[in-house]
Amino acid sequence: MTDRRDFMKLAALGGGAIFLSGLAGCAQSPSKSSPMAAYDEFYFVQLSDSHWGYKGPDNPDSANTLKKAVATVNALETQPDFIVFTGDLTHTTDDPLERRRRLSEFRDIVSALRVKDVHFMPGEHDASLDRGAAFKEFFGPSNYSFDHKGVHFIVVDNVSEPGATIGAAQLAWLQSDLGSVAKDAPIVVFTHRPLFDLAPKWDWATRDGAQAIDLLMPYRHVTVFYGHIHQENHHMTGHIAHHSAKSLIFPLPAPGSQEKRTPVAWDPQSPNKGLGFREVEAEVPEAEYKIAEYPVTRT
Amino acid sequence: MTARRRLALALASCALISIGLAIGATNSSDDQSRVIRIVAQRFSYTPSEIVLKKGEAVTLELEALDFAHGFNVPDLGIRADLVEGQVTRVQLTPEKSGVYEFHCDNFCGADHEQMDGKIIVQD
Repeated sequence: MTDRRDFMKLAALGGGAIFLSGLAGCAQSPSKSSPMAAYDEFYFVQLSDSHWGYKGPDNPDSANTLKKAVATVNALETQPDFIVFTGDLTHTTDDPLERRRRLSEFRDIVSALRVKDVHFMPGEHDASLDRGAAFKEFFGPSNYSFDHKGVHFIVVDNVSEPGATIGAAQLAWLQSDLGSVAKDAPIVVFTHRPLFDLAPKWDWATRDGAQAIDLLMPYRHVTVFYGHIHQENHHMTGHIAHHSAKSLIFPLPAPGSQEKRTPVAWDPQSPNKGLGFREVEAEVPEAEYKIAEYPVTRT
Repeated sequence: MTARRRLALALASCALISIGLAIGATNSSDDQSRVIRIVAQRFSYTPSEIVLKKGEAVTLELEALDFAHGFNVPDLGIRADLVEGQVTRVQLTPEKSGVYEFHCDNFCGADHEQMDGKIIVQD
């Protein structure tokens, strides 16, 4: 995949890359019942928090930022296997008709992506005021799972329930979904809010996120990608890695770094500063050797 | 997990304060603690700054006028859902001075992220 060498050329919107060697090279397919699957390297693109419909001083170019990101992704030499949007597709509105108009416009814009395998999930701006009703009209279920080239992907909705919870019903579904996955299978979770307590003072958490992490903990290769905080952040809960993505509207300050979580002021000299998307490449790791030392004699 | 259950867990782990929660139309508590009324309305609390004395027992009477706002004080282990039309009472006795920020944690609209305030506990 030569395109990886072009990652750093994505300067227009600050594209970045994460490599998931821990996901790849696993001998088993995600399913317990499936035969051994040959692993194939691939990559996907994560975009997040486009807040379509936002108008304000924190991004005077808001009518164009998402369209520019689509163009940048389309210009990648090698196209990703699929693309995922991790929530806050649109900016919130109290008006149900306006909410649908924004979702419709968003869908029209991203329909220009060359890659047609695109996965969506809601953020609280899309779904919290109507429990995800409008989102589902346009994009279908807000939580689901799918397999791709030996990796099991799970989309967790932590915004449609009141108060940013996953909820008992979805946690039961998650437990059931994981029940069909081998413990050493590579698993990727997509969600909007952090599943862990990143900055509770700023409400950067999921109230029952710890329950989801508990369900994932027995699985040895789990990585979580999320949005919500409009910046990169990398965190470990045990062996589970959590990576947040930049936004496509305005950056937010580092977690807990100031009193209020107000957006970083727009810089006219660098209008796309702090914005961007990422590529995630699953690649086969280098050979690993387990070493055991023994004495001359064993008793 | 209900708000009461969550609060009970917070109580078990919080050594800084003593708190209690009651929700209803009338005050079920018989204590003589100072009562502070707080109104929650998109996208602010009134008052948004509450000054207490260390060791002072107070009752916060919270009422949401237009939405089921949340009330979350992470550093005091307090959180509650504010049901419209009902008064939610939170009793606390802060035992350590400092500034404790609170915020709405039920997404309530465009300026939800600005709906916050602080409890200032003085010596």
